[in-house]
Amino acid sequence: MTTTDWIFWVLDSAAIKWVVLIMVFVMPVASLLTWAERRQSAMMQDRLGPNRANIGPIKLWGILHFVADAVKMIFKEDFIPEKAHKGLFILAPILSLAPVFIAFAVIPFGPTIYPNELGSVIPLSTPVDTTNAINLQVFNIEWGLLFYFAILTLANYGSVVAGWASYNKWALLGGLRASSQMMSYEVAMGLSLMGCFLVMGTLEPEAMVQWQSPNPAHWGIVVQPLAFILFFTAAIAETKRAPFDLPEGEPEIIGYFVEYSGMRWGMFFLAEFIEIVFIAAVISTVFLGGYQVPFLEADGFRVAGTTLPISHGFVVLMQVGMLSAKILFLCFAQLAIRWTLPRFRPDQLMDLGWKKLLPLALFNLMLTALVMAVL
Amino acid sequence: MGHHAEAPAESTDELVVLSVSDKNKKVRTVQVHRPVPEEVSFLPALAKGLGITLKHFFGNVVARKETETIQYPEEKKPYPARNRGLHRLMLRDDDTERCVACMCCPTVCPANCITIVPAERDDKGIEKHPAVFEIDELRCVVCGFCVESCPCDAIRMDTGEHATAVEHRYESIMTKEAMMDHKSIMQPDVLAKRGSLSTAVQGGTGPKWREES
Repeated sequence: MTTTDWIFWVLDSAAIKWVVLIMVFVMPVASLLTWAERRQSAMMQDRLGPNRANIGPIKLWGILHFVADAVKMIFKEDFIPEKAHKGLFILAPILSLAPVFIAFAVIPFGPTIYPNELGSVIPLSTPVDTTNAINLQVFNIEWGLLFYFAILTLANYGSVVAGWASYNKWALLGGLRASSQMMSYEVAMGLSLMGCFLVMGTLEPEAMVQWQSPNPAHWGIVVQPLAFILFFTAAIAETKRAPFDLPEGEPEIIGYFVEYSGMRWGMFFLAEFIEIVFIAAVISTVFLGGYQVPFLEADGFRVAGTTLPISHGFVVLMQVGMLSAKILFLCFAQLAIRWTLPRFRPDQLMDLGWKKLLPLALFNLMLTALVMAVL
Repeated sequence: MGHHAEAPAESTDELVVLSVSDKNKKVRTVQVHRPVPEEVSFLPALAKGLGITLKHFFGNVVARKETETIQYPEEKKPYPARNRGLHRLMLRDDDTERCVACMCCPTVCPANCITIVPAERDDKGIEKHPAVFEIDELRCVVCGFCVESCPCDAIRMDTGEHATAVEHRYESIMTKEAMMDHKSIMQPDVLAKRGSLSTAVQGGTGPKWREES
């Protein structure tokens, strides 16, 4: 192995790709969302929102508020109640933060990069030089979306354990509310994706993106529109945010992390925002064509028979940028929904999950199966 | 759900009777409001709500159309003309204080926040002036009695400024010099409008006032 090969081998390792993904995309976006949520909600309500945090003259519309928040949380007292179960109390924030980080591994963040072909246009039919290829998906497994469901279910433990370990009745009740809500909506969430599995014939996110092709008429939102609405709804419920913020609602509902302070509380807070990014990434991958740019094939734009050749490097850049844009747009949409809708009552929440979303998801699944059988 | 089982359907509407039983007039078939799919699914209402919030969002992001916010320390909204703010001591033509240390204001002050130490003045026509004139703005209840009681328009509360935040209590005590330094306590435009000199004729018109009136 030459040195170059060795460098590419390291770059292609899952650990490096995962760390880069988390540090370069996920964490900055999630941190900015903490600011964007306050600023966006303010703009929607005819206020200005936090716009004053600055380093000297650098103000940037108050974007630096997330830095100020982080500094504040680090220096705040890390309070652990006397009768709390110390081990579990410390474990709970990690349990809710870690699964979301891990689940990002199955999202394909771009096409496979062929380092030797960066400057040239890749023809569709002829084989390419695949030496040192870097797959921009951290963890390529056939059962990718099942892995995501399995891992994200673990986040449930974070809220329950936090509620129980706090030695606080209200926290315990909040934890129970969180677990009942998350378990109810996971069913509808999984079943609403089943239709997509049937149509695309795979559970592997990268293969799903390939199936959807650069033609927007093939994207999941077109072939499975009902599943898109159901999954989006269930996914917002899964993030425990308004209109489904019953486990804990900032202004009035005491929730499972009421006893947490400082950076431990910050981890719950960050987990919530990372979940927003993750939900956006999953929806982009399954329903919005993932990293596919409309009409951009591997060798360039192909519209109505004409081809505009574009080199491999630019194709990769455009596709990664496209996925980021889709994710950011869906984050924006989630924030907009969060600040538009009023909260559900607990009975309405269960009603929606079990009596509306679940039957509709089953109906969608059966209809899809029927259509697939007939075709 | 938008329509809970017990929720009354449009209680304000008149009851629409579709048919009345022949055997018993009290048995009627009435029209009830059943939830329709577009209400139950929330989607039209969701779209409408998002339309409203996003209209405000983009309106405010692009043109800052609806926000009423005043960026406080940088932008200030002037107080109305009759606002009672920080005190100031009016000046004579020679930039000395108009106050003659008559002790009306400390006497009338309900908060006991005015301290005056009178002293002789070289000008025999005026006789006295305050050697010390201090107002504790933390104790002041901003009633304006001092201004009302002043016989020579020497104290006013028309600076258009309120008492500022301080780190130590003693910093909130305004001295005679501070209250006479109008430029540092008032906004330039307010000072230009209201001036430093009283409109009253300095020293009065003397014994001739009967003939003149």
